[in-house]
Amino acid sequence: MDLQTNLAEILAAGKAAANAANTPTEIEDVRVEFMGKKGKLTEQLKSLGKLSPEERPQAGQLINQVKQELQDILNEKRDALKDAEMNARLEAERIDVTLAGRMSQVGGTHPVTRTIQRIEDYFGQLGFAVKEGPEVEDDFHNFDALNIPTNHPARADHDTFYFTPSTMLRTQTSGVQIRTMESEKPPLRIISPGRVYRNDYDQTHTPMFHQVEGLMVDKNVSFTELKGILHDFLHHFFEEDLEIRFRPSYFPFTEPSAEVDVRRKDGNWLEVLGCGMVHPNVLRAVGIDPEEYTGFAFGMGVERLTMIRYGVNDLRAFFENDLRFLKQFS
Amino acid sequence: MKFSEQWLREWVNPQLNTEALAEQLSMAGLEVDGFEPVAGEFNGVVVGQVISCAQHPNADKLQVTKVDVGTNELLDIVCGATNCRMGLKVAVATVGAVLPGDFKIKKSKLRGEPSHGMLCSASELGLSEDHEGIMELPEDAPIGQDFRVWLNLDDKALDIDLTPNRADCLGIRGLAREVGVLNDIDVNTPDMPSVPATISDVRGISLVAPEGCPRYLGRIIRNVDVTKPTPLWLQERLRRSGIRSIDPVVDVTNYVLIELGHPMHGFDLSAISGDVQVRWASNDEEMTLLDGQTVKLQDDVLVIADAEKALAMAGVFGGEGSGVTSATRDIFLESAFFSPNAIMGRARRYGLHTDASHRYERGVDPELQHTAMERATQLIIAICGGDVGPVVEAKSQDHLPNPAGVTLRAQRLEKVLGLVIEPRQVESMLQRLGFAVTKSTEGWHVVVPTYRFDIQIEEDLIEEVARVYGYNNIPVEAPQAALRMQRTPEAKTSLRTLKQVLIAQGYQEAITYSFVDPKQQELLYPQQETLVLPHPISVEMSSMRLGLWPGLLAAAGYNQKRQQQNVRLFESGLRFVPDAQAENGIRQEPMLAGVMVGTLQGEHWADGVRPADFFDLKGHVERLLCAAGGATDVRFVAEAHSALHPGQSAAVYRGDVRIGYLGALHPQFEKTFGIKGRAFVFELALNEFTTKKIPNAIPVSRYPSIRRDIAVLVEQHVTAGNILDSIRKVGANQLVDLNLFDVYTGDNVPAGKKSLAIALTLQAQDRTLEDSEVNALMSQVVEVLENDFNAVLRDS
Repeated sequence: MDLQTNLAEILAAGKAAANAANTPTEIEDVRVEFMGKKGKLTEQLKSLGKLSPEERPQAGQLINQVKQELQDILNEKRDALKDAEMNARLEAERIDVTLAGRMSQVGGTHPVTRTIQRIEDYFGQLGFAVKEGPEVEDDFHNFDALNIPTNHPARADHDTFYFTPSTMLRTQTSGVQIRTMESEKPPLRIISPGRVYRNDYDQTHTPMFHQVEGLMVDKNVSFTELKGILHDFLHHFFEEDLEIRFRPSYFPFTEPSAEVDVRRKDGNWLEVLGCGMVHPNVLRAVGIDPEEYTGFAFGMGVERLTMIRYGVNDLRAFFENDLRFLKQFS
Repeated sequence: MKFSEQWLREWVNPQLNTEALAEQLSMAGLEVDGFEPVAGEFNGVVVGQVISCAQHPNADKLQVTKVDVGTNELLDIVCGATNCRMGLKVAVATVGAVLPGDFKIKKSKLRGEPSHGMLCSASELGLSEDHEGIMELPEDAPIGQDFRVWLNLDDKALDIDLTPNRADCLGIRGLAREVGVLNDIDVNTPDMPSVPATISDVRGISLVAPEGCPRYLGRIIRNVDVTKPTPLWLQERLRRSGIRSIDPVVDVTNYVLIELGHPMHGFDLSAISGDVQVRWASNDEEMTLLDGQTVKLQDDVLVIADAEKALAMAGVFGGEGSGVTSATRDIFLESAFFSPNAIMGRARRYGLHTDASHRYERGVDPELQHTAMERATQLIIAICGGDVGPVVEAKSQDHLPNPAGVTLRAQRLEKVLGLVIEPRQVESMLQRLGFAVTKSTEGWHVVVPTYRFDIQIEEDLIEEVARVYGYNNIPVEAPQAALRMQRTPEAKTSLRTLKQVLIAQGYQEAITYSFVDPKQQELLYPQQETLVLPHPISVEMSSMRLGLWPGLLAAAGYNQKRQQQNVRLFESGLRFVPDAQAENGIRQEPMLAGVMVGTLQGEHWADGVRPADFFDLKGHVERLLCAAGGATDVRFVAEAHSALHPGQSAAVYRGDVRIGYLGALHPQFEKTFGIKGRAFVFELALNEFTTKKIPNAIPVSRYPSIRRDIAVLVEQHVTAGNILDSIRKVGANQLVDLNLFDVYTGDNVPAGKKSLAIALTLQAQDRTLEDSEVNALMSQVVEVLENDFNAVLRDS
């Protein structure tokens, strides 16, 4: 049998074996059978030595051609088998990805906190530091230092929860401003969010609610700037350019004083803020010279702002902690 | 304060409709809460007179009347009111009239008798809630006149909510003055002439406490007939001001109160023995007030007294027995100025609040007493007749408030407001407000009228200028300040971050009241002193919380009652622990707490339903501590807490400081809070774990680590925490990871014991650990466990 015939037979046998193989392992078996150390093609190469030097190159070339051809066939077949195997595995591992994941429930912040955080973020960007203070307060910090002496009629308006004649639940977070001014020197820029308490409970009052008060004291702080910052804040908070008006009012600790209303979609004005220029007596009470420094202060009811922002219509919902209500703010 | 718009417009009449007037007042700082018509909507009602009145033939409770309404014919009207009688002047709704509620009056028959109209009660006309019979009109009511026109019922009552500084506007006179300024128009003050004395009777007045009462006017009016009815026009004005008619003397003093903003008081002269004195009460002096209650006075309470006793609490409330009654013949009228400082807070101290005290404590014009006296005298004698005595005035000039002089610097005005207002404009505004203005080099010197108690310092004038200028005309500018960074310490973990950790684990933030039910609190924290509100909203809201659990557990129960079975809530806030060492005797500590009830993740298609347990909660707490960077030096120690299951309760320590507790709620309290299933709670003191270390990096070891597992048998009561702590001490630097990965009881483990499987990962910084080193270390670990815990090494 001449070499060519021989090789043709081997190639045919190899093709048949490759075709018959069903797994990558069987492909490997075929490779060993033909191209392994004792493989049929390897044997052919070994027999090259028996040929004359003239015949050898051509014969070698022939064998290598066949070997390459068979190798390509085997590679192709092996890749196909691997792909098929992978595809089968992937198909077997198919799942319903629309089923629920694990531990997917998350909670959320309370709407009151959400509003406080937005207020903190706004004023934080303007360099206002957040200050907190005690909720059981003394009459100096809650009243006297705020220019509300013992018999002042404004005290009657506060529905204060007293523990003793001189200690009470704070009726406003203004005490924090006093505490800050006692310990820090101007320039000052602070806001103080927190719980405050009034002895009143009906549809529109809860005995506990939240305020954020702000204070800025510097050498040239003016009423126009107070208007500026509050206009800007309200536009940011409601994310629309709603109409805002300043109305003269009275707070013992500010002079001039104002209340701020925003125009609702129904055309009615709604009060959202109280503010004013810090009363000189308040600055003096904490050792700041009102000739050198001026300041403005403002205070807002967090629940009121939250109700407007999110369309909450019952104040009491904030403290019932019903999950069906709270989850709407997740 | 409520008042009639028409009344105000008699004094000052700007070209504004009611709405615009209300808006203008609000924008000037006199906030109008609202306004409403003083009568219901109706027409076709006229003044009539009952000419005859007879029993209805077919109905016991009805009468048939003939009524003259000024037309040719008398009207037949059937009436059911018991006060219907012959001769009475009445309000008649004629056929075709429409009454409030779109009630049309038609010709009809009532039990067979014709009825061509209706005799009206006050409530049927929307004038009052009074259902007692038909209105009885005065004898001089003009028959046939339209009832609305006759009583000027096309009027509105404005409700104005005045801030404490604007006492000067607590009367028509002051409001008119303000409206005049705002519109730059004149005010027509009605003529209030002096009433000449016709008799010479007087009572002496002595100001024993001139600092409290610098001016007191008294006048005797004899032979008054207090049974005379108050004229309807005056009653109407009072009604529109929200004041009920009592008797003519009280009605007149109330009228003057609303008109001038000046309180007055009428005494029965026969109840005053001797002269009148204004003095401080003596301590514990008893006095019975008009409302019958007897109070013990203190020596800072001003009284009007005679030679024997206190007659009235000055400027606050009258005394029993000295007031005007239907038997009174002679009266003593008081018109006084009491210093605000002498009145402030006194009414409140005795649980009183009167129109008089409201005004006196805010400030009544000290120059208005004569006017008020003459006005009241004039009205009283017009109604009740009487002989008028001379006015006796006692005053102490030294104690009367001096008209305040206040300087306003142009520069200060600009600094505070942030804008320049034309000097001429400033002057004009101040002058319109009734201030006497003199120009000075720096600005203006201003003399403030006596009725403006609120103007004491420069800022007060600045506010006046801003107010009249219009707050809304003041420009809006961004604040100018030096840039300054807020310090945010890197080591501090913000509460906001911690909240996010809890939220990510399914917790919803709650906000519960800081005062809780003392019964529930006492159960969770027995025998702990609490701060109690003496005057709470209710008993259930009276005890300041010692921790956040009472509120959170109640909220969890609330939700479970509403089909929300799986509840995870957290809250941050102060707890209030009585502590003599702390400021104001109370330690106010910020806490972060949570409650978990229900299952781990509801009903899951793959994992089924698993009730949440202690270790779920502990995992949540550990994640919190990790986020705060404090997990490394935190220990959990089995420790009992009165609120918790004794076998499932742990204290959390950081170093030697206990920073909180976690555990299962003691089962006996589940019912207290209405909780179904097991509740797990935690509470941590925020200040104790939110500061972490700033990292100090060490190189990563380039040498391999080696894991060794051991299993030991120990008594059931030995805690894993203690075992791991011991191993850590032995392992020192080379122990890079330690994990207890199995707890086993059952086959091959003797009763009362448990098997713990622990993996140690060892690694050195500078070399590959030799087997011999590792073995030595492991032997040491085993030896320590044997010694400390009586542990027995199990064969692997």
